[in-house]
Amino acid sequence: MALLNFLKPKNQLEEGGRTSAPVQRDAGEPEKKCPNCRKDIPLSRLWANDLVCPCGYHFRMKARQRIQMIADKGSFHELYSNMKANNPLNFPGYNDKIETVRVASSETEAVVCGTAAIGKQKCCLFVMESYFMMGSMGSAVGEKITSLFEYAVQYRLPVIGFTVSGGARMQEGLLSLMQMAKTSAAVKRHSDAGLLYIAVLTDPTTGGVTASFAMEADIILAEPGATVGFAGARVIEQTTKKALPEGFQKSEFVLEHGFIDSIVPRSNQKKYLSELLKMHHSGRAMI
Amino acid sequence: MSETAYERVKLARDSKRPTGLDYIKNIFKGFIEFHGDRRYADDPAIVGGIAKLNNDPVTVIAIEKGHTAKERNYRNFGMPQPEGYRKSLRLMKQAEKFGRPIICFVDTSGAYYGIGAEERGQGQAIAENLLEMSTLCVPIISILIGEGGSGGALALAVADRVWMLQNAVYSVISPEGCASILWKDAAKAETAAASLKLTAEDAKSLGVIERILSENDIGKKEFYDRIRTLLTEELKELSSDVDLTQNRYDRFRNLGVSAVVKE
Repeated sequence: MALLNFLKPKNQLEEGGRTSAPVQRDAGEPEKKCPNCRKDIPLSRLWANDLVCPCGYHFRMKARQRIQMIADKGSFHELYSNMKANNPLNFPGYNDKIETVRVASSETEAVVCGTAAIGKQKCCLFVMESYFMMGSMGSAVGEKITSLFEYAVQYRLPVIGFTVSGGARMQEGLLSLMQMAKTSAAVKRHSDAGLLYIAVLTDPTTGGVTASFAMEADIILAEPGATVGFAGARVIEQTTKKALPEGFQKSEFVLEHGFIDSIVPRSNQKKYLSELLKMHHSGRAMI
Repeated sequence: MSETAYERVKLARDSKRPTGLDYIKNIFKGFIEFHGDRRYADDPAIVGGIAKLNNDPVTVIAIEKGHTAKERNYRNFGMPQPEGYRKSLRLMKQAEKFGRPIICFVDTSGAYYGIGAEERGQGQAIAENLLEMSTLCVPIISILIGEGGSGGALALAVADRVWMLQNAVYSVISPEGCASILWKDAAKAETAAASLKLTAEDAKSLGVIERILSENDIGKKEFYDRIRTLLTEELKELSSDVDLTQNRYDRFRNLGVSAVVKE
């Protein structure tokens, strides 16, 4: 049962590990309000449907639940689970923050990496974790993703990456910024080795992650309705004092402007990814 | 060296500081400017072209803020649009084709935040620079001359050598932005500036830059002469480096490694 703990709704968890007021529970089954259709959806129904509302709204999903959804059963082998940030700048409040988030999210960092099979196609897989400081990229996230691309070059494997991030982790200052260059260089080596990289952008993918490995894939997919952008919409509105166009920075908007290949709903992702992997297999040695 | 981190930020933003074009005019000879990204527009916030360093052709690219109100407006206060980054990459690829070293001058509060910039893929433009610069097979030296604002600065600083002026700053976020996000109080920018470790000395001790350039005679002939000499010597060394791109990879690969514990 402990294995399934991450599947249970954690009402105390909000974005980025912030805690919110406890949700009122009625005598009946717990429900969650869909921000799109405004209906109260029974949680059991949401869990059964990979956290997608009947109206099509995609709720955020924990990294390990997503791995369970995407990877063939029992095929995921985690790598680099021992890598953690250690507050390199002695940034005020960072130690406490990270401890709180670790307990609340049951993760040690904002990305989970490993190898997996998707539709029997072996690949390297990374999934970022929104419940860990909104997937912000610090030194450990950069190191894990870089190491994964290097591993993929060594064993000639494709990489599939699910991104979710508020951007670089400011508590690690310049070292976070440098992870953008470091991960990009690793992506380039993987690409130059003739290997496939597919990114799936999930809500939200912004800032330094958009401006590095999220936008560097051979094939870039996104979930419906995901926020995908560089600068924060609120900041843009405040500084330019202009009304934002309808659907600004949503994946449909980004598709229309030519920056992603396709929008793939969660229900179709596994099939879609395994098909893409098959079409790029081309008889290369898969170890 | 007694200024606080936030005083450094203010010095770095001072409109009286030499800007990118001042460096280009005073260090190089015969600068010929090239415009446009060949896709959409020319971005005046980034100036690029070819020039001679002593007698050797080099590609120079600079983020330009301008001095007067009119110039600053025209240059969008040194906040590049995606087209600026795409122009710079076009010129860098050209440099690679013709075997010219690349010298970048970086001075920006950050890539421009705007509706059009998002529509035209600001994140993608920066990402592509980071990706492509990592394997360009000519030497790259980037000098941060004022503000080094986040990804918008890094997009011209994936280099073999990164130098900073003594009062330049380099940061993942502005101290004001950091204070307002973390402490909901932009007035705590001073604390944020100190915590972000954004001064040239901090950047050097983190291994992010190789050299700090003194500002004792900033803007004077001797100042530019000194930078020209340093560039000449450094390029001589880099030009004979047979492992140039491997060393550039390692340079960035190692950043942050000691900040990660394995347990």
